[in-house]
Amino acid sequence: MVRPQDRKFVTADPEKCIGCCVCEYACSMINEKTFNPTKSRIRAMRIGPLVNLAVTCRHCEDPACVAACPRDALTQEENTGIIRVDENACNGCGWCISACQFGAMNMHPDKKIVFTCNSCTDNETKEPQCVKWCPEEALTYVSAETLAQKYRQKAVKNLFQTVEEEAKKAKK
Amino acid sequence: MFAYAGKILHVNLTTGEIKTESLSEKMAKDYIGGIGLGIRLLFDNSKPGTDPFDSDNPLIYLTGPLSGTMGPTGGNSYAVVSKSPATGGIGNAEAHGFFGPDLKRAGYDAVVIKGKAPKLSYLWIDDDKVEIRNGEQLKYKTVNETDHMIRNELGDFYIRVSAIGEAGEKLCRFGAIINDEFRAIGRSGMGAVMGSKNLKAVAVRGTHDVNVANLPGFMEFVKLIHERMKGPATKKYKTLGTPENVLVLNSLSALATRNWTNATFEGADKVSGEYLNEHYVKKVVGCATCGMRCDHIAVVPEGPYKGSTSRLEFECLWSMGPLCGVDRLDAVIEAMRIVNEYGMDGISIGVVVAFAMDLYENGIITKEQTDGIDLKFGNAEALIAIIHKIGKREGWLGNILAEGVAKAAELIGGDAYKYACHIKGLELPGYDLRTLKTAALGFSVSFRGACHLRNGAYSPDVKGKVNRFKIEKGRGKMITDESHMYNIIDSLIVCKFSRGTYYDGWKDLTNYYTLATGIPITPEEMMTAGDRIENLARLFNIREGKGTRKYDDVPYKIKNFPVPDEGPAKGVCVNDEEMQIGLDDYYASRGWTAEGIPTVERLNQVGLGDLAYIAENAMKAAKEAKPEAPVPTVGGN
Repeated sequence: MVRPQDRKFVTADPEKCIGCCVCEYACSMINEKTFNPTKSRIRAMRIGPLVNLAVTCRHCEDPACVAACPRDALTQEENTGIIRVDENACNGCGWCISACQFGAMNMHPDKKIVFTCNSCTDNETKEPQCVKWCPEEALTYVSAETLAQKYRQKAVKNLFQTVEEEAKKAKK
Repeated sequence: MFAYAGKILHVNLTTGEIKTESLSEKMAKDYIGGIGLGIRLLFDNSKPGTDPFDSDNPLIYLTGPLSGTMGPTGGNSYAVVSKSPATGGIGNAEAHGFFGPDLKRAGYDAVVIKGKAPKLSYLWIDDDKVEIRNGEQLKYKTVNETDHMIRNELGDFYIRVSAIGEAGEKLCRFGAIINDEFRAIGRSGMGAVMGSKNLKAVAVRGTHDVNVANLPGFMEFVKLIHERMKGPATKKYKTLGTPENVLVLNSLSALATRNWTNATFEGADKVSGEYLNEHYVKKVVGCATCGMRCDHIAVVPEGPYKGSTSRLEFECLWSMGPLCGVDRLDAVIEAMRIVNEYGMDGISIGVVVAFAMDLYENGIITKEQTDGIDLKFGNAEALIAIIHKIGKREGWLGNILAEGVAKAAELIGGDAYKYACHIKGLELPGYDLRTLKTAALGFSVSFRGACHLRNGAYSPDVKGKVNRFKIEKGRGKMITDESHMYNIIDSLIVCKFSRGTYYDGWKDLTNYYTLATGIPITPEEMMTAGDRIENLARLFNIREGKGTRKYDDVPYKIKNFPVPDEGPAKGVCVNDEEMQIGLDDYYASRGWTAEGIPTVERLNQVGLGDLAYIAENAMKAAKEAKPEAPVPTVGGN
């Protein structure tokens, strides 16, 4: 049994992501065997040159998409947090799309049912393909716990930045 | 076919007729895509002597074979080809960003737009559904406003828009077409052709699959290029960016300053790549599918232009900075921003303003004629003020300058032509040709007019591979060989910043092409395609009466104003004798006649026998005409 804080999902670092869409192409290439961002489970959002971020399913606890589905077509895998779509049950009503706060549920253009991140795993890196291909190393496949630690460390380091610098100067 | 869409879209804005034709594999392989295919389609879809602003002049959008794939830089590109209102010959430019792949996914290798819409319109390509829509609400809107308004109207954030601003609508001869805020089909006035058709924008949404022939092999290649992009081949573009050139060229006395008055700039340190990155660059972003990223986004932190945001590359930094004697980067960033909003070529606009400043300083135009603007070199406020006037075609001078330096000089008359720095009507880019003479020869023979990207002839000069103060035998072949590569780069439409990542040159490019398309091609065949495209472009220029020896020349100032700055370049300028030696050498290396006309034999060798009649007619005309001395190009059409 995997603890919820240890479940991994794909997240983008806003400081590194440049909205280049390589993740979209990698995703559609692996999962759909073609190049087509409209069939990607991760989408890059470029609002302006300085405002970019790739967004995909965060494998929420108590996922709103699952709760919203009137046909019980969506289930969350307990160990991984991945949202699975029952292709026979889903009729593409899109209620889960409006329920998701991240816009991570998408309508598949050919299959006419919803689809979302399946944390596809690369044999070599054991990470999803988008993470493997991201040229900026902006994407990470990470657990909530690790992510929290990363940002805590950063916040504390920032707070004591001046103290550290002064200490360095004093050493010199 | 793989990777190619296999389809050409034809739109007639006058009649509203919309139809498609298929692209044959032979045509695809012979002309690759991008500008190669574009120039062929221009040939086949236009009549000789058509005015660039005539509704019969086709405006041709093109994707490359790699557009829409995950190929780095090749995946995100498109090109536009038309008859240029600046030169009267071939007009072409390429842009990257996010627009190109959607056009490919919509299902088109090319879109040939003819006619003129009865009122301002935009073209909406939604996969197979193509519609000419009312664009009157977009009149004089900036490029960015147009982009937002169209996406709002059509209700999809991911729609990609390629649009003109006020300058294109008002037929500014260096009007640009811009996508993704600052990615420009910049040179040779393609935006003005679009404006002449009452076409404000092309909006596209493509949702079809793009498939490559050999997916595992293709992905291996992409991985290889991604790796190389992390290495030395792209370091410059990822770190300081092209503005690194400022100090490099300045140290070589090759940083054209104050409209080619000087070759060094005393304010270079204040407009250097180093200074730009330290004080202004906020983030470095990139285009779709690219593993490199090079877009240095500069934001002005304080002062009168606080908050002004723009991407800035060397060429535009130079043209609106040192060339105008301006040493204030905050003003250059603001100038770049407004140039993008009006939709103008960032190189030409700087050369145009510097030309006007030169005329003002030399008393050829007066303060009355500038509407009170003190157009002295170095006046940053004047630079901004005159750009607004040109973008709007406001006032006597603003209206004249929107014609570009060649036509403006004709309209102003007198000695003005001596200060107009252009080749075939297109303004010079950022290299001092007096001290970089391979570049002088290379730029003079470029088929789209003054251009550093048709054969990269500045490179051997800057890298010290040749005596750059001299034109001598052997330069012709250098230029010829490189031109084939540059033609293929613009036909595959891979980014020129990526050219260093193809370590194995032609072999890498043919491999890239075949993995994607499944069409076998050898390096020799691809080189011949590059040669074919060069000859084709030359034939077009000949057909339009702009393609013979007398048009291959450098501007008056480059020949008659020796470099005054102290240092090794003092006293240097290009003399006519070496220019003629260079042209003879170049034509010989191409297998062209002394008049610069491709021979029938040569055309047959590169598979252009069907167009040999154009060369034959030109040779006949050259024989009949009295031999005349080469004259400085007047340009225009």
